[in-house]
Amino acid sequence: MTTYIVRRLIYGLIVFIVVTILVFLAMRALPGDPILIYVIEQDVQHVTPEMMDELEAKYGLDKPVPVQYLNWIANIFRGDFGRSIRFNEPVSKLIGERLPVSLYLAIVSFILASIFGVAFGVIAGLRRNKIIDTVVTSMANFGISLPHFWLAILLIFIFGVWLHWLPTSGYISPFEDFGKWVRFMVMPVFVVATWATAFFARQARSTILEVIHQDYIRTAWAKGLSERVVVLRHALKNAFIPVITVMGMSFVMMISGQVVIENVFAIPGLGRLIVAAIFAQDYAIVQGCVLVIAIMVVMANLIVDISYGWFDPRIRYN
Amino acid sequence: MTTNEFIGEGFSETLHRVSGLRRFFRVFLKRKIVLFSFIVILLLVITAIFAPLLAPYDPYKQVLSDRLLGPSWQHLLGTDYLGRDLLSRMIYGSRTALLVGIIATGIAATFGSILGTLAGYFGGWVHSVIMRFVDSLMSIPMIIVALLLGVMLGGGLVNIMIAVGFGMSSSYARVICALVMSIKENDYIMAARASGASDLRIMLRHCLPNSFPPFIVLITINMGGAIMIEAALSYLGLGIEPPGAAWGAMVQEGYGYLITHPMLALVPGVAIAIVVYALNMIGDGLRDALDPRLRGLT
Repeated sequence: MTTYIVRRLIYGLIVFIVVTILVFLAMRALPGDPILIYVIEQDVQHVTPEMMDELEAKYGLDKPVPVQYLNWIANIFRGDFGRSIRFNEPVSKLIGERLPVSLYLAIVSFILASIFGVAFGVIAGLRRNKIIDTVVTSMANFGISLPHFWLAILLIFIFGVWLHWLPTSGYISPFEDFGKWVRFMVMPVFVVATWATAFFARQARSTILEVIHQDYIRTAWAKGLSERVVVLRHALKNAFIPVITVMGMSFVMMISGQVVIENVFAIPGLGRLIVAAIFAQDYAIVQGCVLVIAIMVVMANLIVDISYGWFDPRIRYN
Repeated sequence: MTTNEFIGEGFSETLHRVSGLRRFFRVFLKRKIVLFSFIVILLLVITAIFAPLLAPYDPYKQVLSDRLLGPSWQHLLGTDYLGRDLLSRMIYGSRTALLVGIIATGIAATFGSILGTLAGYFGGWVHSVIMRFVDSLMSIPMIIVALLLGVMLGGGLVNIMIAVGFGMSSSYARVICALVMSIKENDYIMAARASGASDLRIMLRHCLPNSFPPFIVLITINMGGAIMIEAALSYLGLGIEPPGAAWGAMVQEGYGYLITHPMLALVPGVAIAIVVYALNMIGDGLRDALDPRLRGLT
């Protein structure tokens, strides 16, 4: 198991390094000059070429690209993610403020989606072609087809504009006012979780359908075990691996959806920060955010890989 | 080869093909929802092709005196904030959706299957390099990859299609790589190699055609995905140049009038959802008909 985990860790590290290089190069390939954008945005009067050079030197943009890359990586290990040109603040501070906001949204949605998705999928699979199966399957098929931003707008219209039950957008820290935080989070969580729930339910259903026909399930029934034991002990445990694969895969897709959702609901999270930064060509923020997201995704994949080895000992030895 | 043998071979092949095709259609159209979805997509294609004939008004013409009209017999879905007929814009928007679906997916499939075939066929360090690159691309959320590429290339529909296509190519690379790796082990590949076929020929003539069934399923489902990402991008403000009509951008434009004119934002969203749903269902149907092994994996 240890060699298995070590090998997975090395894979993760390689992926991580490649991500940093890709993002770094992508940012340098953007057209336009971030210093120029800064000068225009800040409305600095009487810009001289010397001032431009000075600003370039301040943000380290005067050095060759490979040197910039190595400087960036070296600084990250010292906890310094660089300085945002647009917000004129350290990127680590900006990310530190916004990461928790995104994490709350992601974690709450992921937990809810896992519970409801797997439960609905398993029930539908066990009651194949019954009413409950038809309802779950068609809801799940709709759930994966709805554009996030549109579902968000629909909810805003119904619960915010029409019924006045929930605030249409905004955010407050849960430590400041928990009740208000819940009210702000209901709709975003619902939107992010809807897609994931639908996705998990589809996978859980089809896996259960496959597992249920296996010989060992028939043996379990023949032994006279109760439905509860057959389903929980025999079917579910074996159905878990494909479901976990999908959960791991969906993590990055959930973040993708969250980027859009944070923009619709004006939630000050990482997704909103990164979209603003891409449009402003704020190198340091985009690089820092993608880095943080990539670490989370690589870690999620690592957890999935390790849990494979745990659920199915055969995998460890391959 | 004698003439008899030749005829015999062709004959049995035809027989096999016909029954295969019949079986395919029987399974494919067994579920009513798949048939319904097929009709939906057919209607989308017809609408997109004949948009100029079907649209009651010029989708770009602004009639400022007719701003934000409600549904009426003149304007079945009303007009938008610039007095443009919503129905006409919806009809022209179908062109954007279809174009994005086809071209972005085409780019993704081409680029992804080249990478995947090379990685799967050659194995070793080629496999390691390509697949680590693909893994890295997949660990950045697709919307961010597409946004970065879109800004890099400078907006506009063509660039967005390239951005979305490139962003989606990694999943093809992964699937094709796994398929080619298993196909490579077959005896017919060894036979081809023994008879002196080049690597390129084996890849193009043997590996690619044999990975076709799962490939086509992936393409169908990804078309829906591409339409969704383009919609999300144009919602975020990166997409077709105004005054061009795209459903995602229309939702965004309509959002500002949600309180007074909810139709403007809600109608285009319904269209996106229906088209994506139909493509997903066709994908499911194709999967059941072509490759039962894939059930549940896509």
